[in-house]
Amino acid sequence: MWDHEIKAMASTHAIIASSVFMATVLPAVLVPGFSVYGAHLLWLYSVSGAVTVVSVAVFWLLGITPPTKKHTLGYKLSRVVRSCLYFFLSCLFFHTVVVLYGAPLIESALETFSLSVLLTSLTTLRCLCVLGPNVQAWIRVFSRHGAMSVWDTCLQITVACTLVGAWLGAFPIPLDWDRPWQVWPVSCSLGAMIGYLTGLVAAPAWIHYHRKQLTYKCK
Amino acid sequence: MKVRSSVFASFILIFEVVGIALFLRGFFPVPVKSSFSSKSSLSDQPKEPLAGSAPNSSRLPQPLFKRVVIMLVDALREDFVLGPSGRMYMPYTRHLVEKGSSQSFVAKARPPTVTMPRIKALTTGSIPGFIDVVMNLNSPALLEDNLIWQAKTAGKRIVFYGDDTWVRLFPKHFMEYDGTTSFFVSDYTEVDNNVTRHLDSTLKRDDWDMLILHYLGLDHIGHISGPHSSLIQPKLLEMDDILKKIHSALEAEGSLPYLLVLCGDHGMSETGSHGGSSEPEVNTPLVLISPAFKRKVGMEKPAVVEQVDLTPTLALGLGLPISQNSVGRVIPGVLEETSLRDQLRFLHLNGHQLSCLLKDSVADYEKDPGFEQFRVAEKAHGNWMKLYLEGNTSEVLTNMGKKVLKQYLEALAAMSSALSKQLGKYDMYSMVAGMLLLILLLAMPEALSGAASVDLPVLSALLSLPFYLLCLLLASVHVLVCTSAESSCYFCSLSWGLVFAAVAFSSAMFCILVSIATRRLPLGGDGEWSLSELDVLLLAGTVGHTLSLAASSFVEEEHQTWYFLLNTLCLVVFQDVCRKYFREQRGPGGDEEPILPSKDCRSSARPAAGIYSERWLALATPPFTCCAAGLLRSLNQTGVQWAHLPMSDTGSTGCSEHKLVLSLLSAFCLVLIYLLVQRRCSWVSKVALALGLLGVYSYRAAVGNVLFPWQHAGRTTSKGTVEARFVYVFVLGILFTGTKDLLRSQIITADAKLKSRGLWEIYSGLVLLASLLFRAHNLPVLCCCLLIQTLMAQFIWKRLHYDAAQTTIMHYWFGQAFFYFQGNSNNIGTVDISVGFVGLESYVEAPAIFLTALSTYAGPLLWACHLVCYLSSERDSPVALGHGCYCLALLRSVPAAAYIVLVTVLRYHLFIWSVFSPKLLYESMHLLLTAAVCLFFNTMEQSHGSSKS
Repeated sequence: MWDHEIKAMASTHAIIASSVFMATVLPAVLVPGFSVYGAHLLWLYSVSGAVTVVSVAVFWLLGITPPTKKHTLGYKLSRVVRSCLYFFLSCLFFHTVVVLYGAPLIESALETFSLSVLLTSLTTLRCLCVLGPNVQAWIRVFSRHGAMSVWDTCLQITVACTLVGAWLGAFPIPLDWDRPWQVWPVSCSLGAMIGYLTGLVAAPAWIHYHRKQLTYKCK
Repeated sequence: MKVRSSVFASFILIFEVVGIALFLRGFFPVPVKSSFSSKSSLSDQPKEPLAGSAPNSSRLPQPLFKRVVIMLVDALREDFVLGPSGRMYMPYTRHLVEKGSSQSFVAKARPPTVTMPRIKALTTGSIPGFIDVVMNLNSPALLEDNLIWQAKTAGKRIVFYGDDTWVRLFPKHFMEYDGTTSFFVSDYTEVDNNVTRHLDSTLKRDDWDMLILHYLGLDHIGHISGPHSSLIQPKLLEMDDILKKIHSALEAEGSLPYLLVLCGDHGMSETGSHGGSSEPEVNTPLVLISPAFKRKVGMEKPAVVEQVDLTPTLALGLGLPISQNSVGRVIPGVLEETSLRDQLRFLHLNGHQLSCLLKDSVADYEKDPGFEQFRVAEKAHGNWMKLYLEGNTSEVLTNMGKKVLKQYLEALAAMSSALSKQLGKYDMYSMVAGMLLLILLLAMPEALSGAASVDLPVLSALLSLPFYLLCLLLASVHVLVCTSAESSCYFCSLSWGLVFAAVAFSSAMFCILVSIATRRLPLGGDGEWSLSELDVLLLAGTVGHTLSLAASSFVEEEHQTWYFLLNTLCLVVFQDVCRKYFREQRGPGGDEEPILPSKDCRSSARPAAGIYSERWLALATPPFTCCAAGLLRSLNQTGVQWAHLPMSDTGSTGCSEHKLVLSLLSAFCLVLIYLLVQRRCSWVSKVALALGLLGVYSYRAAVGNVLFPWQHAGRTTSKGTVEARFVYVFVLGILFTGTKDLLRSQIITADAKLKSRGLWEIYSGLVLLASLLFRAHNLPVLCCCLLIQTLMAQFIWKRLHYDAAQTTIMHYWFGQAFFYFQGNSNNIGTVDISVGFVGLESYVEAPAIFLTALSTYAGPLLWACHLVCYLSSERDSPVALGHGCYCLALLRSVPAAAYIVLVTVLRYHLFIWSVFSPKLLYESMHLLLTAAVCLFFNTMEQSHGSSKS
């Protein structure tokens, strides 16, 4: 039914996934002594930067963002400003949630904030790209039977996968194995990343296999 | 036969309690202990037997050794010294074993092959059980009669270097000591150098009689890289050098004979760990070197002895009384070079001690073959002594003496094995029986159905063929197990009638449950399951928590699991709330409005402003819960990994500024508790509650935790008995009023309002009791608990229309989290025993245990009680309460049953004593408590049903 969309989605996801791959490989080549565990923050920033840039570019090129009512420059500018604000607020929100989950409050605030930046660039940014800075639309998409297009379903799947990955990533931390990836926030960010990649693969596949059952009520 | 589902659930819970009790009975064997609490002393020693005249001398033979050096190498495996590679690893020791004046043995250690129990076994000669650890909860010191204590009492000067477990076990026993911790497993050189550095100076001096060295390095290497690593050989060569050094220093001195003991506490498995019962873990070398022994001519195959045999051997060799609970027998090879009279005397002493222990621990000891043999040998010994003292020195006498010696040895072997049969072994039969009972009862297929009653096909089950077959099978298994020789089970000591009744009952249960399950099976398939996020979380959390119990770290850090789940729960509830209020406001679907008629008619009556404030309160509740959980978490740091972090709040620090803060905090908390609880009580209870809370504060002031506004500065702190009793009176008063209301509602008026008031009164009585028992800095925990309960009940559970199962699971999770917020952990050490003394002048066992249990489980208990109150007062469907009860029973028994299976599988795990066994005790206690709560539920539902009809 939505063959065209699914193809577009799969290629988009392939581009994003390859950008993640490049963001991991390039620093390893360029920066001496780089490793995912050792220079974890660097990896975090490079990955979140790459994902941000590539998703914004790809989604802008695809033009999935809902059509704006006004085409004035001022309105567009305000949208951009609001998007940036939401991005920042979402970082703060994730930071608060992670601290409530038991992350150290002061000691490793930088690490925690980097993790929240990663989470934001994996989840909120996508919402911003697909739905625009519109909180009502976000709430609609993330409630039951709220998806109104293939892209909404895809968004639900990737965001859920990322968050569940980060959530599961916290479990090995209390174990006393003394492995390098048990250090805060390595396991969580790795979990989020793996979850995100899984989501990128799973979303087109799931939609492809359920394309007969999917019906969206148009508003 | 139709049974109400809650009755069925409580019935099942009671049987689970029985099952778990059976399991515990098998898992923690009752230790063999002599009934005397005192320790054996020299004056208690039996007289030397002499036929005819009165036994004349209680003389002990001369000590064989003057000085003893015990060199204990942790995880020294038998083949490291005595095996084919021993020549390469420990050349000097091997030389001594083959050519020197030495005796070498393979000493079998008993599982669990972990250092601390092994040290206890080596010093007491008994095989310690976990239950000992629980019994002397407060003191890590070894209180039993032991070799070190005996040596110290006899005036021996003991020097110790090595693992600080010894220092903790024997405080003040050593003249000189230096403990090394085995904290850093990756360090295997420094830990041994810290022991060896004292050696030179100590060996030069002669102001000690006993030197104990405990080397940890080998064990650490084993944990890091296993028994075949390249690190093993240098380490063993180092140990060999140390042994050579000690040996030559002792040789040079050459006064009275010395004894040098080289032994291991346990072995090492092929992967380098220990704790289990495999051959390489159990077999340790035991090399005794002394000039008192005959020189060897060549390597012989070493004899096999028990590890505990070293204790009586050392005790006799040093001229000390054998410690009371020792089950070891003296190693005859050590005594070979002494005179026949002394040999017989030594064996007699050992035999007497064992027979005393046997008398105390076995009911029909007189029929025991070992005991009989000992009596015979003692008599023969007396006869021999008579002849000996008469000056008879013929060949006949020597032969007769040899015969007595042989009799003694046989008697010792028989008695020792009879004793150790009861010790240190899991009673697998009881364990499996308990486990089967638990798992069988887990088959609760109706659990989530929400039906009011369960149909039990009793008659058809009793008449079916499988029932009889099962009966036959179980009975034959029982007969088979009990008639097989070497087992000693609890079940086999029960009477046959009882056992067969149990067999019939359990097979009937099994048939019934299977038939229920098969009846449900086709029904379960057709229902379309649609789960919300909350359901997914609740299911995944329950299953995940159960699975996490398999890892020792997760058991140690279980509180983290619950905090994590609680936070996630709050976030998901937050999402639900957001969705409800924002979607509703936009109102495109309109599909939610008709579902909530009851809510609509209520809220439409209110002004619009009320709805808005209510919405914001509802939105604020989950984040507030999250924040409260975060704060409470930092209040009591529990768990192992982060134990070193400072607590943000402790009642123990005595500075006055801190005290002021604490007093203000607790006063505020008490006021808040009053405000939160009093709403639903009658005025009598309100007054009682207020006075009671005042009493709590004055109790805290009397004990010295908080400041009293009009208190003299110089007032000494008392135990606060009067104040605590004052509070108890009010607790009892409130509970009494509540019960009275309940009874009245049930019997006379059938008034639902009166009944719910009675329930809330009972609940507030419990709150008052908890506020008395909680430590002062824990009052905020109680306060938060009440606050969250109120908010959640008001704005979340009622408004979002969660069904009884969801509400129950949430209550259970909150209860678990609050159990850890209180400062509990899965470690026995965090149980606050001081609670048992609140309001009591001295220790009285029953109330102390009751109060301790109550305060430890206050969190889960309060939440469970709140669940009863909430379900019976807010819900109008009579099924809800029974359904909730059913869910609670299921929630509790799933982890308990899974945990029991896990513990059985992991019974030779390295941490079985330190991590899994305490958790098992906590689990079973919690199960017991839940059973009690469910019974309470049951009576409530019964009255509910009667008041309805």
